[in-house]
Amino acid sequence: MSSSLDLAKIRRILATDCGSTTTKAILIQKVGDEYRQTHRGEAPTTVEAPVEDVTHGVRNSIRELEELSGIKMLDDEGQIYKEMSDTTGVDLYVSTSSAGGGLQMIVSGVVKEMTGESAERAALGAGAIVMETLAVNDGMLAHEKIERVRYLRPDMMLLAGGVDGGTVKHVLAITEIVGASNPKPRLGLSYQLPVIYAGNVDAREEVSRILSDKVELDICENLRPSLEKENLDPSRQRIQAQFLEHVMSHAPGYPNLMKLTDVDIMPTPGAVGKIIQTVARLEDIKVVGVDIGGATTDVFSVFKNYETGEDIFNRSVSANLGMSYSFSNVLAEAGLENVMRWVPFDMEETQLRNQVKNKMIRPTSIPHALEDLIFEQAVAREALRLSFEQHKSLAVGLKGVQKQRSIGDIFAQSESGSTLVNMMDCGLVIGSGGVLSHAPLRNQSALMMIDSFYPEGFTKLAVDSIFMMPHLGVLSEVYPEAANQVFEKDCLIFIGTCVAPVGNTNKDSNTVMEVTIEYPDGKREDFAMHYGQLIKKPLGAEETAKVTVKPSREFDMGVGKGKVVVEEVKGGLVGLIFDTRGRPFNMTTNPRERIEKLTEWYRNLEVYPGFEG
Amino acid sequence: MSQAYVPSLDVLERTVVRRERRLPLKGDTNVKVGDSVDQSTIVASTELPGKPIPLSAAVKLNVSPTELPESMLKKEGDTITQDETIGMSYSFFGLFKTPLISPITGTIDSISGISGQIILREAPIPVEVEAYISGNVVEVEDGEAVTVETTAALIQGIFGIGQEKVGELVLAVPDRSTVLKPEHIKPDHQGKILIGGNLITHEAIKLADEYKVKGIIGGGINDRDLKEILGYDLGVAITGNEPGVTLVVTEGFGNIDMSEKTFRLLSSHVGDLASINGATQIRAGVIRPEVIIPLSKEKAEGNVSPAAEGKIIEVGAKVRIIRNPNFGVIGEVVGLPHEQTLIPSGAKVRVATIKLPDGSKYDIPRANIEIAD
Repeated sequence: MSSSLDLAKIRRILATDCGSTTTKAILIQKVGDEYRQTHRGEAPTTVEAPVEDVTHGVRNSIRELEELSGIKMLDDEGQIYKEMSDTTGVDLYVSTSSAGGGLQMIVSGVVKEMTGESAERAALGAGAIVMETLAVNDGMLAHEKIERVRYLRPDMMLLAGGVDGGTVKHVLAITEIVGASNPKPRLGLSYQLPVIYAGNVDAREEVSRILSDKVELDICENLRPSLEKENLDPSRQRIQAQFLEHVMSHAPGYPNLMKLTDVDIMPTPGAVGKIIQTVARLEDIKVVGVDIGGATTDVFSVFKNYETGEDIFNRSVSANLGMSYSFSNVLAEAGLENVMRWVPFDMEETQLRNQVKNKMIRPTSIPHALEDLIFEQAVAREALRLSFEQHKSLAVGLKGVQKQRSIGDIFAQSESGSTLVNMMDCGLVIGSGGVLSHAPLRNQSALMMIDSFYPEGFTKLAVDSIFMMPHLGVLSEVYPEAANQVFEKDCLIFIGTCVAPVGNTNKDSNTVMEVTIEYPDGKREDFAMHYGQLIKKPLGAEETAKVTVKPSREFDMGVGKGKVVVEEVKGGLVGLIFDTRGRPFNMTTNPRERIEKLTEWYRNLEVYPGFEG
Repeated sequence: MSQAYVPSLDVLERTVVRRERRLPLKGDTNVKVGDSVDQSTIVASTELPGKPIPLSAAVKLNVSPTELPESMLKKEGDTITQDETIGMSYSFFGLFKTPLISPITGTIDSISGISGQIILREAPIPVEVEAYISGNVVEVEDGEAVTVETTAALIQGIFGIGQEKVGELVLAVPDRSTVLKPEHIKPDHQGKILIGGNLITHEAIKLADEYKVKGIIGGGINDRDLKEILGYDLGVAITGNEPGVTLVVTEGFGNIDMSEKTFRLLSSHVGDLASINGATQIRAGVIRPEVIIPLSKEKAEGNVSPAAEGKIIEVGAKVRIIRNPNFGVIGEVVGLPHEQTLIPSGAKVRVATIKLPDGSKYDIPRANIEIAD
């Protein structure tokens, strides 16, 4: 950051996010005493031929902002205009990037489930896509590992393995394989591949001997110094530094973009992770965030690790689950039946398969007919569900930790390495990405999130209005107050609160819960809900209501089966959504019953007005 | 007049095509700027380092890792031959010997006294890059890449599978609406590239493969058939390494007639040599399958059309609808309203008003149309 910058004097902030297809620019201005996002512009990203210079797209998106805001932000040479007046200049320019496929990494550890997973978490948390995790027990023969490294051509590698004072032999066996494969970077042959070593300190010297003349070796602190401890931050920082120094600097036009920005460019998912962590900290809640894109879906979470008492941030990326380029892959991975369970009508398979593939080859086309939209949103539910499953398997406690158990633990023991994701603890689910942020109705976004994340107890639902979390994430690095103000006022759109007890029963006629809502105007409403129901009650975005839930004895709202819970809940564009379809959720396998149920739920929530079933 | 920009694929009678032929690793470029090449000219060559073979040598020799270097008869960098003894250990005061036999011919890459592993490397693998299209060399990056330029007819497909192939174009169907079936495939199609019309059927592809046909160009393919051919359900549209007949699909999945312009252009080149590539990558850095037909000197003269990433749609333009309802139907743009329009899905989007052949008019999202002819 430029040392002359006086944060208190900042009036205008320009932020861009260079995505694979679109570069999005936002303008943040001081309005009265607070910062607000006032304008947004976008332009196609220009990292590909024939332009091959990211700054063209950036400047085009800024020019759109200039037209919309009437403020001149670029000078005649295309540099950021810093002379401030009522109609010219910005004080601060920040940017994120995921163009060109983002940061692609191979990581390694000694044991896949232990140091291998720690290395994965370090890379993912820094905003990378993990293409492969190598380990002694990864199931590949040594020559297959070599073939894999040579074939994948990552942007960077992270080698971990061995706790300090532990195995050297196995660490070096993997290092030798990496050395033998003589890995080449994706973006060209003119520089050496950055490789970060963050394993057993005792192996550093030998690792240097094997690799230093073959790759750009960077040695940092062990990311798993003992079985009981993960130390991911130093590796994440080195990844981001190497990303700028060696990867970005070879991407088309990035050296020029780096000169334009006032602070370091961040990988887009890294920036989203920053803002999610900030929200969790400031609001003191547990959060799940999702960004469902065209090619990939990122899931972020902050949950408490009850073994250590710490809040743990995790990010996962599902590289081939998305709504345009990866549309067909969602169907391949989830299976046709799982997608069709959300569709309240029958479709012929040959026609359906061709329809999916036609979307794959023309990924920017959009649903025209309502039935087409319903089908796409069914695919979205499965993309989100699968991504969340992957996230849960990655967001786990440390595996391999020796535990001392008391007699009491025998009756309530958790397995070492079980998932940290506990939806009953989750207070907020944030959705972003076209299918959630730009769904024709917010009711649709709400139900897509409920049907894929299965919130439990009381959970607020929100969407990122225009996908500005990346911009605010990078801004939070330099000016957190401004980032928070915009996040609260302009970024999140609250859809409402979902109320869902945990449990199941075998009859639809069984009562699941009795509910009392006390509205802000003093009005009171009492009702009971049976198993398998989904309803909504209006409550405005700025309103709160007191909700009392008395679950039946098979159901739990977070404090024990049958125990009453009272909560002050927040409204939203949809309001309060009461879901007694059971947790874990099981869809009936009878096709006629399924269509009847879906039609009822969609009608109650007014998800697809005009659809008659 | 109202205009809109939509993506489209090139179908060009005469254009300048440049193709870069790049080596996977630095090596030799065999041509110079100005050279004339044909499709099979080797324009660059190199040697890929041989496959590395790790071997747990200490375990095999029954020695500790630290004893490994002194047990090796060959050192790092030494050449070795298959079945040669490259290490030896002794036990019981030298009474028992354990040899380490090389499984390959090549060199010793490394010997580790810590992991106890040695890495052997097979002999280098020669790689030769052909010109793929006939034309002139216009650029040489010494030891790395060669660019060949030609004046050609160019047809981009929407989807394809299979590798680069060169062959003579043959018309296999009477018109652009005919489904390509086994009865259209003949034994004398060996080594040829077939022009189909509407759907390419699985049975036709199977027979073509049997007859060693090099490629098929057609309007559509069923996804069920694609799954049968590949042996798996294609999730992400990244293709190009599939063995067998190369396929270039020009319109999409399902029964779709090949566009009139594409069929006419291909038909006018029957008997000419074409270079085709099924490689498709629908991601950032999109790659579409292609048919390149280099033109003879006489045909190459005249105006050339530039290859375009997208085209401007104006009132009067012929467009294809690429989503349901009316998928695949060709209509005429009769209006390009500026304001966003509510469509049946409930979304508000920019649309184009399209007049269909039966005279009916529909508002179609601009994202769902592409230039037809």
